[in-house]
Amino acid sequence: MADDTIQVKRRAGGSRILAWVRARLRNIAPFVTLIFLVAFFSFASPSFVTLGNFYNILTQISVTGIIAVGLTFVILCAEIDLSVASIANAIGIVVAFFTLQDASVNIANLPLPGWAAIMLALAACVALGLVNAFGITRVGIPSFIMTLAMLQIGAGICALLVRGQIAYAVPKLVVTLGSKSLGPIPWIVVVLGITLLLGHIVLTYTRFGRYVYMVGGNREAAEYSGVNVKLIISAVMVISAVCSGVAGMLGVAYFGSAQQDEFDTYLLDSISAVVVGGTSLFGGQGGIGNTIIGLFVLGVLNNGLDHVNIDSFLKILIRGVILLVALIINVYAQRMRATSAISDA
Amino acid sequence: MTPLLELRGVSKAFGGAIALREIDFVLGAGEIHGLVGENGAGKSTLMKIIAGVHTAYGGSMHLDGRPVHFASPRDALAAGIGMVHQELSAVRGLSVAENVYLGVQPTNRFGLIDWPAMMRGARGQLDRLGIDVDPAAKMDTLALGVQQLVELARVLFSGARIIILDEPTSALSPPEVQLLFAVLRRQRDEGRSLIFISHFLDDVLDICDGLTVFRNGSKVADARTAEVDKPWLIEKMIGHTHGELEESYTGALFLDSKPDAPVILRAEKLSLAGAYADVSLEVRAGEVLGIYGYLGSGQLDLARALFGKLPADRGRITIDGRPVKLSSTSRGRAAGVAFVPESRRAMLFADAPVFKNISISILRRIGRLLLHPAVERRIAARHTETLHIRPPGVDRALSSLSGGNQQKVALARWLTHLPRVLVLSEPTRGMDVGAKEDVVHIVRGLREQGIGIVVVSTEPETVLSLADRILVMKKGRIVREFAGEAVSKDRLLAAA
Repeated sequence: MADDTIQVKRRAGGSRILAWVRARLRNIAPFVTLIFLVAFFSFASPSFVTLGNFYNILTQISVTGIIAVGLTFVILCAEIDLSVASIANAIGIVVAFFTLQDASVNIANLPLPGWAAIMLALAACVALGLVNAFGITRVGIPSFIMTLAMLQIGAGICALLVRGQIAYAVPKLVVTLGSKSLGPIPWIVVVLGITLLLGHIVLTYTRFGRYVYMVGGNREAAEYSGVNVKLIISAVMVISAVCSGVAGMLGVAYFGSAQQDEFDTYLLDSISAVVVGGTSLFGGQGGIGNTIIGLFVLGVLNNGLDHVNIDSFLKILIRGVILLVALIINVYAQRMRATSAISDA
Repeated sequence: MTPLLELRGVSKAFGGAIALREIDFVLGAGEIHGLVGENGAGKSTLMKIIAGVHTAYGGSMHLDGRPVHFASPRDALAAGIGMVHQELSAVRGLSVAENVYLGVQPTNRFGLIDWPAMMRGARGQLDRLGIDVDPAAKMDTLALGVQQLVELARVLFSGARIIILDEPTSALSPPEVQLLFAVLRRQRDEGRSLIFISHFLDDVLDICDGLTVFRNGSKVADARTAEVDKPWLIEKMIGHTHGELEESYTGALFLDSKPDAPVILRAEKLSLAGAYADVSLEVRAGEVLGIYGYLGSGQLDLARALFGKLPADRGRITIDGRPVKLSSTSRGRAAGVAFVPESRRAMLFADAPVFKNISISILRRIGRLLLHPAVERRIAARHTETLHIRPPGVDRALSSLSGGNQQKVALARWLTHLPRVLVLSEPTRGMDVGAKEDVVHIVRGLREQGIGIVVVSTEPETVLSLADRILVMKKGRIVREFAGEAVSKDRLLAAA
């Protein structure tokens, strides 16, 4: 009799812990993955756990990270932006286009002062973001399709401006932020940190941030609450384009050149970072904290696989598998929340 | 002579709730038989048993004198029983002919769809029904009434001898109704039997040969239509002996109008294609205007127009004398209108805590740029206390509250900074008695504070318990106003 009671209690306690874990699965799973990866690579390779390598990882995730901040806003709204890498590439090329190039570079460009080139590049990414916003909210094109078109438009801008050439020069400020260091810390990591911090503050402490979560959580309810849903979606598309533009400019300085197709891998990487981190693809759940974890999971994985002697072709497959597992957890976590949904008459 | 269809002692329960009690029902050959009763009286449940949707039930069913028990709608259709649903199940993007032949398209010897044969066959079907429509026309280009006739053609084409029509006239204009009735009468004269479910008692009395009245899961009366009239039907539907709650509504209620109070909201000649036409109304300060009508009468869409969720095509709206353009919900809110829709799912954030659900509409007033969660929590705590939201605790996820408490959270959203006009759509639907009383209490309290309130409902009880003045809508138009006079449930039903 007494034994039974104890057992029942223990089972109840167990299910409470299980419920707690289930409710936070989307936050716990990426974190556990990260710890596992760090532990694994520390064990597998003596060169992995060093301060220098830590800075390496930070630098390697910077361009992806800046793009991922903007994408976090978009995905929280239950939309998607497939044009991020393309916009980054285009804006990197735009800023180079307005910079005086070496005589050997045969591009019909318009050299302007550095500040003017940067302002024009920023204006260009705002404009591209606004086109995305217009297509999605006014015309009513699903974001998946609209930004697919923008991906192509961005590629077109790149092609037209460089015409198969490679530009090297970018404004001095961009060179500093993209490829110089502040003491031991690369400037690009500082920019990433500031972008993440700003993104977090906006999402967590501002009215706009709350609206982003609410629009993603239940768009119809946000509308019934009097939230200007179209304005919020427009804003996140512009934020995403600006983050991509900044990442594009710094990326060009980081790579040391501006050319066609050099950001192609960043689309998948930035979406992976957001989703692996646990931000819901269905909107309304997650945040910058998740994106940080996601960035580190990807960064540690990419970096760590270089430290252990592994077939570089297998690396690609492993990344794909990790993304698939993250997606499964993402959908699974969503389904468990859905079981406790609103009862409706 | 054996009746075509006979049900003996049919009962059905969902969980513990009894939906049908020992129903005997007889349908003769070549008869149009009406089923009437309030929402939840059991009409739909009975029809779903006959059509093979519900397969577990007590009692027995006999077709042509032989016992039958259908395992699926397909089974019922094979036996000659077809149903035309209220929500049309036609494929809107396909042509009329494709819809008539849905699932049974004729094929040629290559196994491909034989289009000429299909068009010819559909043409023949439609001609027999007396419907003048091009078989190649896409469904969604047709008027709703014509779509309904095409669907009827599909059911007939499948060989049905018994056709169940669920609320077939609710979306039709009077000429369309007459066209439908002509078709139905011809089917009857050819020997088919029809079961006609409707809230529109005039339509039932017009078309049916016999009828059965349901109340609370029981059959309370059946009669030949020629022997009865509308007041008799209403009396049977509502009944004389009922629970305490209904008692208070069946007695006459005197509406005390406030003709001197200033008009807050005025709508002039609002129209929305397919929903409502030429609707004019005004709401005065400290007044609750009730708008009642059956489902599909247009009042739910009208309520959305007043908030900017589903703007009207034509007409104008003024608030406090100023014309406003309610083209979006954010404009509606800015103009001082608040709205609580009939679906809680549509207006609440299940995963978010209670306080975020309450503060969402007033964030702008709490801080221009930054959030102030402490203030949000304080405001939410005040509302949960005054509205008796249980369990208390503003950090609890909304989904952990019961339906009635969720509805109160939805109301609380608009109570911190009072709107000029509050529009409530089905505010007490699906609530228990206690929660309903709480809502009545809240609405009365708001009225005392001088705002204009519009209550829109398909339930007479809701309108009667809240409104100071009642408009009755029927097929998109206001057909009756009750103001400064006695009103009761039967008068309301008689007007609709």
